[in-house]
Amino acid sequence: MAVRILYFAWVREQTGKAEEIVDLPAGVKTVADVVAWLKGRGPEYGQAFARAEVIRAAIDHKHVQPTASIAGAREIAFFPPVTGG
Amino acid sequence: MAVRVQGEDFDIGAEVRRLTAGRTDIGAVVTFTGVVRAENAGEALTSMTLEHYPGMTEHELERVEEEARERWPLQASLIVHRVGTLKPGDNIVLVVTASAHRQAAFAAAEFLMDYLKTRAPFWKREQGGDGKERWVDAREADEAAVERWQGRAGE
Repeated sequence: MAVRILYFAWVREQTGKAEEIVDLPAGVKTVADVVAWLKGRGPEYGQAFARAEVIRAAIDHKHVQPTASIAGAREIAFFPPVTGG
Repeated sequence: MAVRVQGEDFDIGAEVRRLTAGRTDIGAVVTFTGVVRAENAGEALTSMTLEHYPGMTEHELERVEEEARERWPLQASLIVHRVGTLKPGDNIVLVVTASAHRQAAFAAAEFLMDYLKTRAPFWKREQGGDGKERWVDAREADEAAVERWQGRAGE
């Protein structure tokens, strides 16, 4: 499944890219699965997601939990806790 | 009802006038303005850069605004958030709420700010006086502020 993945703030700095299109294998079904799959792609991902518990995710502009299904997702974003306002 | 994300500054007086122009059903207008301070957590800063997630930011701010309208009888509301590089003393965020009576306007403004701080996808990076840069950490106090609204109906 081809999905657009976006990274923000220090997650973007550590992966070294703002976005990419990836082809996820069929076994990748949840947000946590995506993180585990990304971590296997290279040391920069391993470092970016080393503290996976602090990283937040959104699917198609909505906040989601790591257990959320990615079925039908067009865009998945990973970022640190927000600090606006 | 409107949300805006922009690089340029905002004029609070002009925004309030625009929001209330021609309206005679508004009895109370509350404005909140967030401003950049010259120090954060004991560290001096010379500037700060705000990054956001275009598209999701607007959606999230609209959802937060919609939730405020479900809880309180608001005649009008506005959220303006700046992005890009800002200096101490610069405006960061503006929230305006208008209602027939003050209680709803006060409560909704506080609610909007509490939700915005924990849900809207903005990230601050601070540039220090020592030339160092750092990402701002999320504050637990902000999470606690938003939790007190949960399960609580609008007054």
